[in-house]
Amino acid sequence: MDAFADLYSIRVSELVVGFGHQIVIDHLSLDVRRGEILGLVGASGGGKSVLMRTIIGLIPKQEGRITVMGRDSDLGLGRGTAVAATWGILFQQGALFSSLTARQNVQFPLREMLDISEKLQDEIATAKLEMVGIAPDDWDKYPAQLSGGMTKRVALARALALDPSIVFLDEPTSGLDPIAAGDFDQLIKTLQTTLGLTVFMVTHDLASLNVVCDRVAALADGKIVAIGPMTELLQSEHPWVRAYFHGKRSEMLRPKQD
Amino acid sequence: MISAPVLTVVTDGDVLELHPGGAWIASQSAALERLFEGVAPQVAAAKSLKIDMTEVIEIDTIGAWLLEKASREAAQAGRTAHFVGVGERYAGLIEEVRQVNRHRPTPKPKVNPIIARLDQVGRSAWSATQDIAVFLDMFGALGVALLGVLRRPRSLRLTSLTYQIYRVGWRAIPIVVLITFLIGAIIAQQGIFHFRKFGAESYVVDMVGILVLREIGVLIVAIMVAGRSGSAYTAELGSMKMREEIDALSTMGLDPVEVLILPRIIALVIALPILTFIGSMSALYGGLLTAWFYSGMQPAVYIARLHEAVSLNSFEVGIWKAPFMALVIGIVACSEGLRVKGSAESLGLQTTTSVVKSIFLVIVLDGLFAVFFASIGL
Repeated sequence: MDAFADLYSIRVSELVVGFGHQIVIDHLSLDVRRGEILGLVGASGGGKSVLMRTIIGLIPKQEGRITVMGRDSDLGLGRGTAVAATWGILFQQGALFSSLTARQNVQFPLREMLDISEKLQDEIATAKLEMVGIAPDDWDKYPAQLSGGMTKRVALARALALDPSIVFLDEPTSGLDPIAAGDFDQLIKTLQTTLGLTVFMVTHDLASLNVVCDRVAALADGKIVAIGPMTELLQSEHPWVRAYFHGKRSEMLRPKQD
Repeated sequence: MISAPVLTVVTDGDVLELHPGGAWIASQSAALERLFEGVAPQVAAAKSLKIDMTEVIEIDTIGAWLLEKASREAAQAGRTAHFVGVGERYAGLIEEVRQVNRHRPTPKPKVNPIIARLDQVGRSAWSATQDIAVFLDMFGALGVALLGVLRRPRSLRLTSLTYQIYRVGWRAIPIVVLITFLIGAIIAQQGIFHFRKFGAESYVVDMVGILVLREIGVLIVAIMVAGRSGSAYTAELGSMKMREEIDALSTMGLDPVEVLILPRIIALVIALPILTFIGSMSALYGGLLTAWFYSGMQPAVYIARLHEAVSLNSFEVGIWKAPFMALVIGIVACSEGLRVKGSAESLGLQTTTSVVKSIFLVIVLDGLFAVFFASIGL
């Protein structure tokens, strides 16, 4: 066990990831504190999703060390319940199983990972669906019948099915209207406080970053160039970070001074 | 480390006290459920329920829900139930869980099973007529697109056509040759084996020749093409439909039938007769080798007998059927592709339907051709 395991949920040090000759993540280090919501920003195609997918083990790393909940990824996070209970992942498109209803989607990890009765599985699944705000009449719909916002909510319920300690969200509010996106932000915040989650969120949504994130990390040139609360990032001198937060679209976020 | 969950029961007069302790989390859920089964009778009998949470170290939704369920069951039976000693860390969770599972989905109206069955029969009949309509619709759209191309030959997409011919024709040759070769060899072997009893071994050449050229060659090749290329067409067009590529084409003022479907079907119509020819030759060659090794018939004798046995008619009958079968396979594959809805499951379903339907129609068509050729005396 790592001495910092109680303090940090995820520790990444000197990580290098690339495809062929192209290096996407270049000696990157990042610590995610336990119980915080960390927002990750970066240019499109700049390696945000690659970083997330490397941490969760979908992409092999070339160098460096990743520790999740005190366990080194090189030693293997194991399979089955241990890994499923460690993290839940909300993929960008939801990645709901299209042949299962919303309720069955949430039940799926419960059925596969836990040895509990079907009745209890069903109750837990519907409890999760209610917690993410899916109305009972929509429980038995198939993913193709759900709207974009509902798909994300069901996917979040599935990610939370086993009460993991970390959730990874890949652009949770992309493709949602501002009201739905605001609701979703609020939902993430509420669930994070009630369930004591650590949230690792890849996003482009400036409002999300401002409202829900405890800290924001900026990824540029394969490295974390700035990390801290939103107010600190707004004052960062790094050219890319300045361009990101002080561009035309971000004007509205600037603290009003005068 | 994770401590095992415990549930101590204390009876204090009429009040049943539950003292959960340890880790009440998902990974312990099987043990938790057993604990609850153990105390269920006591909980059901108790007049009043008190849940003391002071000893709980960790709790998540599953643990909280099990406790909430016990308290809710008691409350429903008109008895009192309350939580005490809820730690600050998970008070929010307990509060959240108290709200959930209070609503059920509105039940679907019940239907009379006989009416439901009749409804199903009606729907299948209706969908069968729909199938014919869809087929004719695609046939018509194809005709219109073809007319357009004949009027402006430059609008034919040659690159696409060439590529499709390469895919469904050229690349299918090895497997077609292999399978028809084996079929030819098997027919010859069976023929020799049975004809030997009458001393009529040499007639095996007549059988192989006529059977392969008239029926088996084209049928086997058409079935293989339906399975190989028809399914690919359906899956391609289906995933294009799913990703709105086809809608994108229409909004640019282009006709998806002309751009996507016409080159595919023309490619099949060109490739299938060629494949049939190659397949038939391969089957005859398979027959020749079998006759030579199994029965000792010299290749020269085989070829000479073949020359006498089959007329150009047999060959023509086989090859004439090929383009029509190609048309049927292409139309079925493309129209099924366009019927794909949003889900991955529907893509799989339409692909299966496409293959099953086109093989069925190919065989029906072969039967119709047999009647037709018999009546015109070929």
